[in-house]
Amino acid sequence: MKTNLLPALKLTLVSLLFFSGLYTIVIWGIACLTPNGGNAQVITVNNKKYYSNIGQSFTDDKYFNSRPSAVGYNAAGSGGSNKGPSNPEYLVQVKARIDTFLVHNPDVKKAEIPSELVTSSGSGLDPHISPEAAFVQIKRIAMVRNMSEDKLITLVTKNIEKPLLGLFGTNTVNVLKLNIDLENAK
Amino acid sequence: MNTEIIGVVGMFIVTLLLAIPLGKYITNIYLRKKSILDFLFNPIEKFMFRISGIDPNKEMNWKQNLTALLTINFVWFFVCMFILMNQGWLPLNPDGNPSMPPDLAFNTAISFLVNCNLQHYSGESGLTYFSQIAGVMFLQFVTAGTGMAACAVVFNAMKERQTESLGNFYNYFLRSCTRILLPISVITAVILIFSGTPMTFEGKDTIISMQGDTVQVSRGPVAAMVAIKQTGTNGGGFFGANSAHPLENPTYLSNMVENILIILIPIAMVFALGYYLNKRKLSWMIFGVMTIGFLLLLVPTIIQEMKGNSAITVMGIDQHLGSMEGKEIRFGSAASAYWGITTTVTSNGSVNAMHDSFTPLSGAFTMLGMMVNSLYGGVGVGFLNFYIFIILAVFISGLMVGRTPELFGKKVEAREVKIAAIIAILHPLLILAGTALASHYAANDTQMGWWFNGNAKGWLNNPSYHGFSEMLYEFTSSAANNGSGFEGLGDNNPFWNISTGVVLLLSRYLPIIGPVTIAGLLANKKYIPESAGTLKTDTVTFGIMTFAVIIIIAALSFFPALALGPLAEYFSMG
Repeated sequence: MKTNLLPALKLTLVSLLFFSGLYTIVIWGIACLTPNGGNAQVITVNNKKYYSNIGQSFTDDKYFNSRPSAVGYNAAGSGGSNKGPSNPEYLVQVKARIDTFLVHNPDVKKAEIPSELVTSSGSGLDPHISPEAAFVQIKRIAMVRNMSEDKLITLVTKNIEKPLLGLFGTNTVNVLKLNIDLENAK
Repeated sequence: MNTEIIGVVGMFIVTLLLAIPLGKYITNIYLRKKSILDFLFNPIEKFMFRISGIDPNKEMNWKQNLTALLTINFVWFFVCMFILMNQGWLPLNPDGNPSMPPDLAFNTAISFLVNCNLQHYSGESGLTYFSQIAGVMFLQFVTAGTGMAACAVVFNAMKERQTESLGNFYNYFLRSCTRILLPISVITAVILIFSGTPMTFEGKDTIISMQGDTVQVSRGPVAAMVAIKQTGTNGGGFFGANSAHPLENPTYLSNMVENILIILIPIAMVFALGYYLNKRKLSWMIFGVMTIGFLLLLVPTIIQEMKGNSAITVMGIDQHLGSMEGKEIRFGSAASAYWGITTTVTSNGSVNAMHDSFTPLSGAFTMLGMMVNSLYGGVGVGFLNFYIFIILAVFISGLMVGRTPELFGKKVEAREVKIAAIIAILHPLLILAGTALASHYAANDTQMGWWFNGNAKGWLNNPSYHGFSEMLYEFTSSAANNGSGFEGLGDNNPFWNISTGVVLLLSRYLPIIGPVTIAGLLANKKYIPESAGTLKTDTVTFGIMTFAVIIIIAALSFFPALALGPLAEYFSMG
């Protein structure tokens, strides 16, 4: 042990400089050369800055609503509800969300509510909903905003992001981008 | 076909296509043959060894290798402890995060030291950028390198000859870090940066949302860290939500890359063994056994998650996307289930969905992956765990046919089998004893005093069977050095920090010491050339035998505990 201690200390020090120091600086240097300079992707609308990958809380009837969040869409932290599938308290909460949704969307049948609109995401910052979850909100928004449903359908369709190469993954809609388009459409 | 399923199949095929050439490359590294990155790393390594006063060409026996391994790990523990407990005043702390209290620092330092990456803190508020880089990320490189070096020593010992000298730990270790882990991490970090992962030293940003809420956005040098976190089966994320976080894992593409990396090196190591010993068939036998086990866990988990939560189905809403609690829309339930199983069969432990909210059987399969802990397994250590099962299978087969058991021309005798048996039994012992202790307190709702603020039931986030699962999962994850969790568990307190810390230590070092010792002892024995009476290890029969040993020893010893937790929850939900 004794013969190994000094070499171990020295090797620790040089590898600390190499892997934590040099590697980090190289990656940081590459990041600085990219278009957004190593910051997350940002959208600027009317001089207001938003992070396009960080979901926002949309609860107002005039917006396409985002999913429930365990951290209130405050990206100072992140996390899910961690509620187990059989937790009675949790199931009551889901039921309450369904009822609330039906009150705000009286024309929607229960069987049409996609489950993600009443369940919270893993990060609490999910920027997306599924296309179905956007379509199901159209009637409400058309009413509140006095817009034609066809126009809203076009808007949502335009915002659908297809699976990677059309092959891998899910269809998604970025709620923030959709709502920005919605505001501009007026 | 469903694009979610195609995504999952695609990930596995790409992994396999990359793992075979990578295995060959790894062999070249350990055999010190020429490789493409020599021009860059030869001078760097030479320089690092010269400063450290280490002769990388000095041959060491198994004892010397283990001593070198343990000594340098010992040093890392103190370095990391120091950084975590003083991060408040150390540089790169733009958000003004505080230093860690001793019990949390103890748990965190050990957890990263043993390549587990159990996190009882949340990255956004629990660590500074300095701790992320110099504490956590440093250990993510070197502990992965440690596991791979131990594995390389065992590879060397399995060669068909009689020898004491098994190579040089420092050399295996540094070459693993520089030539295998580093290049993969650099490529990955660049892909992540282009996907939208931040790599910046600026602190939290404050923005006003469209609806008018003022919120903050945590940032940091994320890309560099996430790359090695995925590559080295580490799994400790930059943010609290790990790879579910939209900055840590922004797109489906980044998800595919990160997920491929979880099992890439573990599978490549299996192929490396075949190239190293010139026994390709043996590699395919091991890969086959591991993959069958993997698929037996994976397929039902994907089915369960895509089917959705039965308690929500009865509410009559549309669950065609599957069970979405704790999952992200951009990944979907199939890719979340795939990640869940890949991260638990290896010792990675990163997550892209919250395992606490998985449907009950999926929870059971993720735990089973960690309980077996050798279906692919961690970088390096995954094979070491499998090696133990090979020894046991050779022994049992030998008894069945009434011959002295042999492995690669070496007699396997009482001493080796005893060590193997102890290592195999240690894993269930640590998990079940820990869970028994914690659930004893929770069941009695004991006043915990200094150990926990309040009564023991307070650490559960879910009642009943699922609460038991939370405790079982935590100890399983610790003993498997995995690091994922049923994160609802209130684990940042002295009771959980210290108890899991002790489990982490025992379950990392003994399963390294055991196989290296066995391999060292065997290498020292006289070599008996193969004859008609030799037990062939690269056959389907022996594969089935090994699989049976794994099922009997690993899986069945956990059945009662699984029945009390996830299985009971499943049947109670109807």
